Amino acid sequence: MHISHDPWIWIAAILTLAIFSFLYKDNPFFKMAEHIFVGVATGYGFVYTWNNGIYPNLLRPLFVDHQILFVIPFILGLMYLSVVVPKFAYFIRWPFAFLLGVGSGLSIPLAFRASLVEQIKYTILPNPHGMSMGLFINALLILIGVVTVVLYFYFSTPHEGVMKPVTKVGIVFLMVGFGASFGYTIMARFSLLVGRFEFLLGNWLGVLPWLR
Amino acid sequence: MLQRKIPLAMVFVFGVISTLQYFVPHPLSQQYYDTMLKWMIGVGSMAIFLALVSFLRHHYVRLRKKEHAPYSAVAILSFLFMTLVGFIGGMGPGSVFQKMFYYVQAPLQATMFSLLSYYMASASYRAFRAKSFEATLLLITAFIVMFSVTTFGNYVPGVPKALEWIMAVPNMASKRGIAIGVSLGSIATSLKIILGVERNWLGG
Repeated sequence: MHISHDPWIWIAAILTLAIFSFLYKDNPFFKMAEHIFVGVATGYGFVYTWNNGIYPNLLRPLFVDHQILFVIPFILGLMYLSVVVPKFAYFIRWPFAFLLGVGSGLSIPLAFRASLVEQIKYTILPNPHGMSMGLFINALLILIGVVTVVLYFYFSTPHEGVMKPVTKVGIVFLMVGFGASFGYTIMARFSLLVGRFEFLLGNWLGVLPWLR
Repeated sequence: MLQRKIPLAMVFVFGVISTLQYFVPHPLSQQYYDTMLKWMIGVGSMAIFLALVSFLRHHYVRLRKKEHAPYSAVAILSFLFMTLVGFIGGMGPGSVFQKMFYYVQAPLQATMFSLLSYYMASASYRAFRAKSFEATLLLITAFIVMFSVTTFGNYVPGVPKALEWIMAVPNMASKRGIAIGVSLGSIATSLKIILGVERNWLGG
């Protein structure tokens, strides 16, 4: 056993154990670690956003490069703080209006091309250079799956008559998709758990020889 | 006027110009796109101040309550410390800011998420009862996926192939169907926002 002498490893190990203590019940150690996480993550987000968002896209163009037009987004950005004064709180709608307007406008053609046309194209034309029987059956199954799943989410018509068996097939494909997502999510969480135990037993306590 | 009409006009004008610029192959159109991207990142990033006001106000109020005071004090001090080391020492390799990220934030975050594996395991034990055909299908698929990503599952004949087929065919079909539905929904919602039909974002 070779316990680590690095104070940073000790901090990480104590915080890890504090979070794991929640498995017993909610306790002051967990709450303390939780609030440290909230504070540190907020601080990280602020410094990161300042260095990668606010300064290069707003402050440098305006105050260093003297691009006077950037005064518009700067003022729009300051309008967020109008919520502090209830009388002028409605000014917060202006930056939201800008973000929604530009965001919606830019997203319409992009969503149409990238998500709609391309997805439909690869569903109908999976391989233009020919394919084996197995690949053909798979492509046919994908086509049936996509059409039935889309129809399942079509609520303008009641799921009765012809629509009933069609949407039933859609549910089958959806359940397989959800099962796969669920399985991967669980395994991702377990890999994090394994990682934490590797850290505690290897990096901190030095019990695992390959992680000393 | 200032409260509703100008924001609605802004959404309409920026929305229409931003949609049309995609179809105009002119340097001015490209310049508009580049500038708007910078403005959007800038204005969107400024929302962090709103988050900070909310964060500090919330914990300041809790400081007056005896049972929450120590925790909120720790949250505020952690925030101030992280911010100060970030602005004074920088974010570069070897900085205290980076060490705080690797040895405080990352372990806390990873442990929080790993805790969920216990709760998901117990929840799935209760939920995974093959009551219907659909539930059985979900159960079998999740089992194959979980089993095949383990070391043992890789050596069982047929399991890796089954996973490959599930991911490439039925899973792909369902994800593609959902993606098409989502994109249709996002286009419709964007149009409604631009044309002023959808006004929930204005609030009360």
